[in-house]
Amino acid sequence: MKIKDYLSKEAVILGLEASTSEEVIRRLGGKLRDLGLVKDNFVEAALEREANMPTGLPLGGEYNAAIPHVDIEYVNKSALGLAILKEDVVFYNMVESDEEVPCRLVIMLALDQPKSQIEMLQSVAALLQSPETVKKLVSAKTTEEVFSILS
Amino acid sequence: MTKTIIVSCGTGIATSTVAAKAIEEACKKAGISVITKQCKGQEIPELLKQGADLIVTTSTLRFDPGIPVVKGLAFLTGIGIDGVVKEILDILSD
Repeated sequence: MKIKDYLSKEAVILGLEASTSEEVIRRLGGKLRDLGLVKDNFVEAALEREANMPTGLPLGGEYNAAIPHVDIEYVNKSALGLAILKEDVVFYNMVESDEEVPCRLVIMLALDQPKSQIEMLQSVAALLQSPETVKKLVSAKTTEEVFSILS
Repeated sequence: MTKTIIVSCGTGIATSTVAAKAIEEACKKAGISVITKQCKGQEIPELLKQGADLIVTTSTLRFDPGIPVVKGLAFLTGIGIDGVVKEILDILSD
């Protein structure tokens, strides 16, 4: 899977305690910013985008996911961030923006070029389409476990 | 005749990339020639001026574009994907 090429272990947060999607985006986006992968204003842009155009995805299984992302201008280098939340946090449905989606898995996409990284994006979609893999990820206890699930 | 499909999402770079690729492959398989144009939701009116047969969107559309719209979340989640592909092919075959 291409996901591993874009995800560093510093950009993985397990058992993230948060009560709002804003907290999740601040924590995860903050990681990408601290790693120098995104610009200082990335987090604010991601929050604004999430408020106007949410990224929650109902996956039809036990757990749902959100994939916050923004325009390329806020990104230094294409990367992913991944958070497993301690409890479900409400995001809103990407295509029905007034519908709540309780999410446990959050994959933040930082893309530095338009219409590129197709393999990585397809790998993310493939991951989301596998309820077993999502469940395994959500149950992962260590970052090493996360990477072994993604490989 | 080549059909034009506008594929829109929030940023025009991420989820529409996945959807456009999948649509192109499905249409190729069905023998329908298509051009996909990726954009952000708010760029749709501009692209409509150049003409299009269908919009597939992964973000919430807040206006009526006057041409058929298909919600393309299935290209990300896989849920109901066969139905969505059929819906797209049916519209393009009309």
